[in-house]
Amino acid sequence: MSVTKDDIIDFLYDEARMLDEGRYDDWLALWLKDGHYWMPLDYKQTDPLNVTSLMYEDIFMLKVRVERLNGARTFSQKPKSRCHHVLQRPWVDEIDLESGRIRTTTQMHYIETRLDEQMLLALTAQHDLALIDGRLRIANKRVDILNCDAAFGNIQLLP
Amino acid sequence: MTRYTGDKAAVAALVQGHQVHRDVYIDPEVYRLEMKHLFANAWIFVGHDSQTPNKGDYFTTMVGDQPVIQVRHTDGEIYVLYNRCPHKGTKLVIDRTGNTGKFFRCPYHAWSFKTDGCLLAIPLKKGYENTGFEQTDAGHGMKSVGAVMNYRGFIFCRLAEEGISFEDFFGGSLSSIDNMVDRSPAQRLEVAGPPLRYMHKCNWKMLVENQTDTCHPMVAHESSAGTAVRLWKELDMPEGTPLPPAMEIIAPFTSPYEFFENMGIRTWPNGHGHTGVHHSIHSNYTEIPGYLDKLSATHGEEKARAILGENRHNTVYFPNIMIKGPIQQLRVFIPLAADKTLVESYIYRLVDAPEELTARTAMYNRMINAPTSIVGHDDLEMYERAQEGLQADGMEWVNIQRLYDPDEDFEQESVLNGTTEKQMRNQFHAWVKFMTHDMPAREAAE
Ligand code: FES
Ligand SMILES: [Fe+2]
Repeated sequence: MSVTKDDIIDFLYDEARMLDEGRYDDWLALWLKDGHYWMPLDYKQTDPLNVTSLMYEDIFMLKVRVERLNGARTFSQKPKSRCHHVLQRPWVDEIDLESGRIRTTTQMHYIETRLDEQMLLALTAQHDLALIDGRLRIANKRVDILNCDAAFGNIQLLP
Repeated sequence: MTRYTGDKAAVAALVQGHQVHRDVYIDPEVYRLEMKHLFANAWIFVGHDSQTPNKGDYFTTMVGDQPVIQVRHTDGEIYVLYNRCPHKGTKLVIDRTGNTGKFFRCPYHAWSFKTDGCLLAIPLKKGYENTGFEQTDAGHGMKSVGAVMNYRGFIFCRLAEEGISFEDFFGGSLSSIDNMVDRSPAQRLEVAGPPLRYMHKCNWKMLVENQTDTCHPMVAHESSAGTAVRLWKELDMPEGTPLPPAMEIIAPFTSPYEFFENMGIRTWPNGHGHTGVHHSIHSNYTEIPGYLDKLSATHGEEKARAILGENRHNTVYFPNIMIKGPIQQLRVFIPLAADKTLVESYIYRLVDAPEELTARTAMYNRMINAPTSIVGHDDLEMYERAQEGLQADGMEWVNIQRLYDPDEDFEQESVLNGTTEKQMRNQFHAWVKFMTHDMPAREAAE
């Protein structure tokens, strides 16, 4: 079983496209069951658990998050937000097919908009990927916002 | 045109017991008067002493609209100084935290000050000889706030030189801070990491009122807590499966009205009060192994159980903070403009308690109070809609009448049905008191 650098890069572009198009079922299906989506609050934060993060969510809470977006009484999503990821070509930092461990770093600009407001965030996403039955999956994802310590209004979709 | 400045009666008339005029939320002039009077006369939260543990450590923040520095002086005491060089006004430090060593040195012309604010040195000082410099404000060094109190690690200050004492201002409400600190086997809290910083385009008082607004969770948070409860049910876990920590935190937000009615609200004089007198959304968290034993070693088992049995939900310390004793969280609502508020949400570690408690608190903070929180999103949506809706000229008053009693007394502690809006009225009663306390009556102003 093998995977090329191009396969990995395509996978990351496809993931961003799913988020932009709001295809959350497809997106959740990319994840391994015990994965976590981590968005640190502090620059170069090392501990996700015992200090505050912006997000540190398992698959169940990610599912709640995306289900909520379509709820009949989800007031902050009436009208809905839209988002847009612009990716720089990802760095494939490690491919270890023996252990099935793949690590990537992707820098991107993330735009989220609702009503007359639009926000731009500069992000660095680090993916731990796994190759399972010939398919790439997300084992863990860390998203650092360049100005993570700034005060934000609502960030409602998934950077 | 000024409508309120120098007119005590006009300011007092904005609050009518069961309703308040919209200008308290939307009028920039009222906002400026709040900064000048309310935030100067009341005791305002600055920071926690663990944010500046060592000599020379400083932390910068705002007291109302005033930039201040909390700093630990060489004698170990904490000082609160205005963040302004006495020379030309340059802010002396602009990072949020740091260590300045034994003195502050202004980056503009190198005047330096000891960490209690006293002037230390000026380059080429002889240029001020025989100029009367010693008699000027500048010659006295950095200015201190009127009064500072370190209450069990929490630093409060009063900007005004004279006024109500700390004890008289807070009275019995300090029992909520006591309960939070008593939960540490070492009787000590330590700040855990930086705060969440969440910008709100609404008036600061909307946030403070929301802290004891027990009729909104089941409505505004149906989309988050309700979805979580539904998806958990759909997993069809075997009977008796313990709720995961995230579900323990979010599920109580969908509790029915009776739950909130029965939890009770307590009010204290000067605008302080709390929800969750009898129980709260924090009552049913799983016990962390070993914690009760550690706490009993400090207090004895009976007292330890009593401390943990107190599950106050939100305690509002008027004017602009809220604490949650059971999870060691503090939120400060920093007013930036009539329609702009910065919310900073801090968490604290209970010194010598199991770290799982800190993990639960950190989880609560990010799940409920982050700019990325699915619960916070709906709260902010409501505040911002209110800020915009209040522009409508059709109606000028905001109703706070739930369980209103025209004879209600704010000078005595009271315990009432948990859905009363008395705590909101209590806040406005105190608002008038501290707004008008040092305002001239109209005749005198003219
Ligand atoms: S402004 Fe600070 S020394 Fe001149
Ligand atoms: Fe809320």
